Amino acid sequence: MVTLPVLDRKVVRDLKRLWAQVLAIAMVMACGVMTLILAQGAYRSLSQTQESYYDQYRFGHIFAQAVRAPDHLKERIAAIDGVAAVEMRIVRSAILDIPQMAEPAAAVALSLPSGRKPAVNRLYLRAGRLPEGTRSNEVALDARFAKAHGLNPGDTFSATLNGKKLNLEITGIILSPEFIYALGPGDLVPDDRRFAVFFMAQSAMEGLFDMSSAGNDISLRLLRGACTPCVLEKLDRLLKPYGGTGAYERKEQQSHAFLDAELTQLSAMAKVLPPTFLLVSAFLVNMILSRLIALEREQIGLLKACGYSSWAIAGHYAKLVSVVALLGVGIGAVAGNYLGKLMTQMYAQYFSFPFLVFDESPDLYLIAAAISLLAALGGAFSSIMKAARLPPAVAMRPPAPPRFRSFLSLKSRRLRILSQLSTMGLRHLMHNPVRSLLTSVGVSFALALLVSALFLTNSMDHMINVAFNKAETADARLTLADDKAPEVLGDILRLPGVLTAEAYRREPVILRFGSREKRVAITGRPTNANLSRILDLNERAIEMPHTGLMLPTHLANQLGVKPGEMVTVELTKHNSIIRQVRVAGTITSYMGLSASMHIDALNALVPTGPRISDLAINIDRTRLGDLYDAVKETPGLGGIAMQMLSREKFRELMDESVTSMLVAYITIAVIVAFGVVYNAARIQLSERGRELAGLRVIGFSRQEVFHVILVEMAMIVLLAQPMGWLIGYGMAAGMIQGFASDLFRIPLVVLPSTYAIASFVILSAALVCALIVRRRVSKLDLIKTLKTRE
Amino acid sequence: MPTPVFIAENVTKTYTTNEVQVHALRGVSMTLFEGEMVVLLGPSGSGKSTFLNILGGLDNATSGDVSFMGQNLTNFSEANLTRYRRDYVGFVFQFYNLIPSLNAWENVALTTEIAKDPLDPQEALELVGLGQRASHFPAEMSGGEQQRVAIARAIAKRPEVLLCDEPTGALDTKTGTLVLEALQRINKELGTTTAIITHNSAIQQMANRVYVFKDGAIDSSHENETPKQPSEVAW
Repeated sequence: MVTLPVLDRKVVRDLKRLWAQVLAIAMVMACGVMTLILAQGAYRSLSQTQESYYDQYRFGHIFAQAVRAPDHLKERIAAIDGVAAVEMRIVRSAILDIPQMAEPAAAVALSLPSGRKPAVNRLYLRAGRLPEGTRSNEVALDARFAKAHGLNPGDTFSATLNGKKLNLEITGIILSPEFIYALGPGDLVPDDRRFAVFFMAQSAMEGLFDMSSAGNDISLRLLRGACTPCVLEKLDRLLKPYGGTGAYERKEQQSHAFLDAELTQLSAMAKVLPPTFLLVSAFLVNMILSRLIALEREQIGLLKACGYSSWAIAGHYAKLVSVVALLGVGIGAVAGNYLGKLMTQMYAQYFSFPFLVFDESPDLYLIAAAISLLAALGGAFSSIMKAARLPPAVAMRPPAPPRFRSFLSLKSRRLRILSQLSTMGLRHLMHNPVRSLLTSVGVSFALALLVSALFLTNSMDHMINVAFNKAETADARLTLADDKAPEVLGDILRLPGVLTAEAYRREPVILRFGSREKRVAITGRPTNANLSRILDLNERAIEMPHTGLMLPTHLANQLGVKPGEMVTVELTKHNSIIRQVRVAGTITSYMGLSASMHIDALNALVPTGPRISDLAINIDRTRLGDLYDAVKETPGLGGIAMQMLSREKFRELMDESVTSMLVAYITIAVIVAFGVVYNAARIQLSERGRELAGLRVIGFSRQEVFHVILVEMAMIVLLAQPMGWLIGYGMAAGMIQGFASDLFRIPLVVLPSTYAIASFVILSAALVCALIVRRRVSKLDLIKTLKTRE
Repeated sequence: MPTPVFIAENVTKTYTTNEVQVHALRGVSMTLFEGEMVVLLGPSGSGKSTFLNILGGLDNATSGDVSFMGQNLTNFSEANLTRYRRDYVGFVFQFYNLIPSLNAWENVALTTEIAKDPLDPQEALELVGLGQRASHFPAEMSGGEQQRVAIARAIAKRPEVLLCDEPTGALDTKTGTLVLEALQRINKELGTTTAIITHNSAIQQMANRVYVFKDGAIDSSHENETPKQPSEVAW
């Protein structure tokens, strides 16, 4: 049997004796390690998965759309310096009629080259085979949509493409690196049931859309070290005569942008949360160890008198702290590994990767262990040094009694508001102001974590309310396959179940102001629009002015333009005609970056004359079935966005993810609050056991004695409330900033109820701590405590 | 005939720790009368502190009866014992046990706030000769002064009994004398029944009665016809 040196046995016994406090600190530390491994591990796994998926399936670097580009342009594009591969194809929207689904599904149809693999954006074939060039009704269908409807190779469904109704046969089930995050028209979150992506043979698409030897969608892969802006510029020049709407980089590709935003959030989480947890645990280690060393003063003196060196003493306490840290690392590593895998799998499912590269990252665990040890030893440093420096003769003498100040000592004793018991609590608190304040900060951090998690529901609710109850109130949006004359409005109104319809025009443009430019769309809006309105900066619906552009504040800020100034508008779909338009005002918009104009003004701006591109409609819900059937049969409709269903889907997803996030945050916040309050109370109890026993002897009841401890704990926890709210608000504001993208922005809304719920959780945790400590107060051994010399 | 305050009959106390039984008291009987000053003498471990703790309601007897002014303490619940200590008993310990975060006046006020008919804290401090030190904190006072504050705190509620466990044990002769003078003055002026534990046998000369403990039982006892003043006691 291996026998431990005596000092190490003391370490083991100290740990056993202090197990509750040790565990509380280790748990806080574990939170730090866990969030580091979880977030950083998931980040690495996902970004490596993304990278190898993109690489193996040749995801494009540059994308562009045109009205109709001839095939031979491909060679000239391929000749641009830095271009490694070019693929030109036909991409159009479609409406699907799926058995057992009343509403029409929106879809994107893409062409596949015949007889070869695409040079850019290859498909991952999960089942079956790809469509063959000779057969015009074969499709490869996106795996998520197929799964949502139980569709398999060999099954058929009908679709309306360019006004023609077709019966399509599924030959294969695929995934595409372009549609990792697949968002249907008008949707805020992916809906596997209502949005499909499918691929058809090039020849079939050419015939259907009258696009023989031409394409409208170009993707490029670049050589390493290629000059991206140069390629963009040259590509734009080549596509301009063919209605090119402006080439853009990968970072503006929708699916990639969403995935990237998610990865950025993960990496931000990995950078912010772990250090904060480790700081809190370092503080806790500091608090506990300095108390332990104060209590073991005489033992330290004795050890030194026996001949132990200062280093041996320092090493002894460093070992104790290291064990606590390693315990935290162990718990955190196991939890982080488990939750990290779970999270990566959830992400993989959400984003549909064909495979998952798990990054086991042993280095991450080493880093986590090293920084946790450093944090713990850092927290312990001053106490350890104090123990090491203590001369044995001094150590054997009891420490000088603590000096208190006459804080709260009122001159007139008749006017005393506080009882002696409360005075004791408060003076003790003020006796160690730094420690009290840090304890409070520790608790406030737990509170802030909760506020920063809970506020998301407030902000989301507000955003949904503004977006759907004030701005976009239509039940659905119908997109036309091509822009049409305004007379189409009459046809739409005649569809069964359509109560009201409003026509809108959408023009892709590049807005320029000074040296800045932004690729956006201008929405032309009718007078008295009711189904899609613009909101002023106070979120009130306003009438569209007859002239000038209305810009969302976010867009105006990006361009650096103020109302009254002129911006340059390049109409990309119309030979890049340049116009100057005055900015009439700024508006509130949380989704997209679309500028707005009166439809008449927009019609006047564009040379083609009045056109409409989509319609907002309100539906008689009793005739929903008829409308769905009619939409599936109506030629000329490019797609349908069921906004009423999008809203529900968004809510559903938000509720799901918010619930699981809240559970995680509440758990972590309770661990931190508990760790801090419990340790603070135990230290108080240890420092003041004698005082409290004295009170019991004098005749104070357990409840009254507990009151002394409670006053101090309550002050610390109460002081933490406003601090926590403030820090929480700051964290929330930071998160909002982090979330903001061109796709959507979340308003910062923190309701009083959020602060109240967060405080309630923390106060409850503190109360449980108080009750545990109360049991200890009840168990105070009066005789033993009073007979010992402090 | 003076009224008995405590009547203890055949009190035993057995501690069981790790299956070892320690017989701290092996049948102690004693009666304490109103207003008298009693000294309990004996070596360490002779059971005098255990006995005092049982009288003061800090501990329970294993067997036997202890009655206080006709009430049997043996059957008191925890809450009743707290009540009893609060209303009737004053304690003084060797290590003062003052609250470091409260000054002298406030330490005394601790008991006056919860007592039924207390002295004014200032008055109690003056009784022990510390009227001028009311606003000093324990850290600013000598050991003897701290002990006298502890006595002032114990007597400020006008307890029926004052139980002192080695009140001069940590003090030098000069300050010890001051503390004993304070105890005697209170015994005389307030008529508080006082029991003092000590292993300094010189102190017995100031008591009305003396009990000597040995091995958990009373070995001997005697009365002093003329108790001496603390200043006359040579120790």
